[in-house]
Amino acid sequence: MGVFRMPSLGADMEAGTLVEWLKQPGDTVRSGDIIAVIETQKGAIEVEVFESGTLERHLVEVGATVPVGTGLAVIRSDGTPAGAHNDLPPVAPVAVAPPSAPATPPPLERTALAGSFGPKASPAARRLAQERGIDLDTLTGSGPEGAIVFVDVEQAWLRRGASVVTGPAKSSGVDGMRAAIAAAMARAKREIPHYYLGHSVDVSDSLDWMGRWNDSHPPADRLVFSALLAKAVALALDGFAEFNGQYRDGQFHAAAQVHLGIAIALRGGGLVAPAIHDAARLSLPQLMTALRDLTNRVRAGRFRGSELADSTVTLTSLGERGVDWVQPVIYPPQVAIIGAGAIQRRPWLVGDSIVPREICQLTLAADHRVSDGHRGGLLLREIEARLQAPEAL
Amino acid sequence: MTTDQGGTVATVTYRDAVRMALQDALRRDPRVFLMGEDVGRYGGCYAVSKGLLDEFGPERIRDTPLSEGGFVGAGIGAALGGMRPIVEVMTVNFSMLCLDQILNTAATLRHMSGGQFSVPLVIRMATGAGRQLAAQHSHSLENWYAHIPGIRVLAPATVEDARGMLWSGLVDPDPVIIFENVMLYNMSGELAEDAGGVAIDRAALRRRGRDLSLITYGGSLWKTLGAARQLAGEGIEADVIDLRSLRPLDDATIMESVARTRRAVIVDESWRSGSLAAEITARIVEQCFWSLDAPVARVCTAEVPIPYPKHLEDAALPQPAAIVAAARAVMGR
Repeated sequence: MGVFRMPSLGADMEAGTLVEWLKQPGDTVRSGDIIAVIETQKGAIEVEVFESGTLERHLVEVGATVPVGTGLAVIRSDGTPAGAHNDLPPVAPVAVAPPSAPATPPPLERTALAGSFGPKASPAARRLAQERGIDLDTLTGSGPEGAIVFVDVEQAWLRRGASVVTGPAKSSGVDGMRAAIAAAMARAKREIPHYYLGHSVDVSDSLDWMGRWNDSHPPADRLVFSALLAKAVALALDGFAEFNGQYRDGQFHAAAQVHLGIAIALRGGGLVAPAIHDAARLSLPQLMTALRDLTNRVRAGRFRGSELADSTVTLTSLGERGVDWVQPVIYPPQVAIIGAGAIQRRPWLVGDSIVPREICQLTLAADHRVSDGHRGGLLLREIEARLQAPEAL
Repeated sequence: MTTDQGGTVATVTYRDAVRMALQDALRRDPRVFLMGEDVGRYGGCYAVSKGLLDEFGPERIRDTPLSEGGFVGAGIGAALGGMRPIVEVMTVNFSMLCLDQILNTAATLRHMSGGQFSVPLVIRMATGAGRQLAAQHSHSLENWYAHIPGIRVLAPATVEDARGMLWSGLVDPDPVIIFENVMLYNMSGELAEDAGGVAIDRAALRRRGRDLSLITYGGSLWKTLGAARQLAGEGIEADVIDLRSLRPLDDATIMESVARTRRAVIVDESWRSGSLAAEITARIVEQCFWSLDAPVARVCTAEVPIPYPKHLEDAALPQPAAIVAAARAVMGR
């Protein structure tokens, strides 16, 4: 692979004009072949190529005057795949000073720098955008003089669903989120030795209690089962530090508080899992408010970086229209995710009688590097116990 | 009043703190003596050394002729001879007369003697404007000294530093210049009664924020802290860095802050061109460029001789309103 450049046909030659191409794209060339005719101050000169291969494409047009050293054509040597030199831009003609003017050597391939430097953006924003594969042209700046600043890029990144992302994404919008989810889930399955547990939980008492609560409270204060579940999970984790934290740099770091990631599907496709901070500390009505607020903001594309970055465990709930159970995938760098299937009315043995009960299948996917199945089972049992004493939630 | 450690604290002025530092040094080390214009019988132009002549006598509290080149040179000689002199130059504006002694003698002797001689000298100078002393008594020229290798330049902004930096400067084997801003002498602050020497090579984070770094020293610290409080009311939380040492500059503290906040405003009561603010700006750009979210901004003194009329003097100096405006600008507000 090589670039055929405007040759220097004399010590005082600064530029030459391409008069004729003698080889066309696709032609085979051999070292020593005459490839083009160049007009210089000394007249038209036939020039030869010193590489063998295929002329892939011309970089300048006939009639163009370009400085010595400018790439004129790409020569693909035998065995090199086509298109491997596409990074070389076509060269526009450069105005050359008349011979009488004092010589200023024209810079080589200046056209590579030609054109816009893009929107006004701070160095911090540019660095972050490059790291995360975000196109600055798609952003609106909030900084001085309308410059794009760090937080603008960060927000764009978060809107894209960065909670599940670990590497640079190349595209934007839904595609970007898809790429982000792909990266995170592939990493999860590649790096995390998952184990899975499931448990059927009778949540009839929880639902009854919730019904009574909702009957005695105004609509604004009413609860949904997800809030009870979130609280039960947050409280249960208190005694199970090995499920609540992040695995970084080959080591598990337990978290002091439960920042409960809530998986929320987006209408346009994809999902994010921002956290409710210190969920165990919130009362049920507070948790309900937080859930509603988070869901609304996520669907409006407005949530905070801290809500995405510091989840310590995640809850994914399939909701009313979901199926019986889910075998979830852990969001790295977390080490556990708890799933809840849709609540189904099922025949259930209570004492010696078969009675209809509301059953929810809870599942746990956890990182076997950090915890073992025995403890995972105890955690699911603990969540069950919490759900069956809803008045204590 | 007592401290957490059970020691007692007292409210003292900055002037008191400097005097306590002088008394302490004079009592602790018989090699220490103070000399300068009007430091003895008059008690110091800013009343810092009032009473010291009575306590320590004319051998150790020495009034000098109005000859900065002479008495700073004498101080250098005494330091070379094994003494620990403290030389007071009434204001930095007068120190041009002894700049040759400081730059060409004090700062160079260790180097030129191959390390055989050191000059353990402390020079105290008042600096700064705000007292309507007009253009020959009001300039801030600290950065001229901060330019010189071979000396250490300190700017105490708190009573604790006013009390502590003198002793630390005396312990240093090389020349140390301490700049006392004239607007601070009447300021009060709490000081532990057992206060002593302080570290002199690190800047101090006087306020912690997340949105921008306000970097300042000396008399401007309090205006900057006032501006930071006002900004907090607008939801802008600023780090406030008190440089304390102007040479060497504590790059680590500055860069840690700027890398975190991504924005910097430097408040410096000297003229903008060739100022310490310019030096700090350059260092931030050299070391923190890829962390910046806005151009580094400076709030400096207008490039005029400091005016005598109060309203013009106020207008020439960095003021909280200008600091707030600069902070808003780097925040894009």
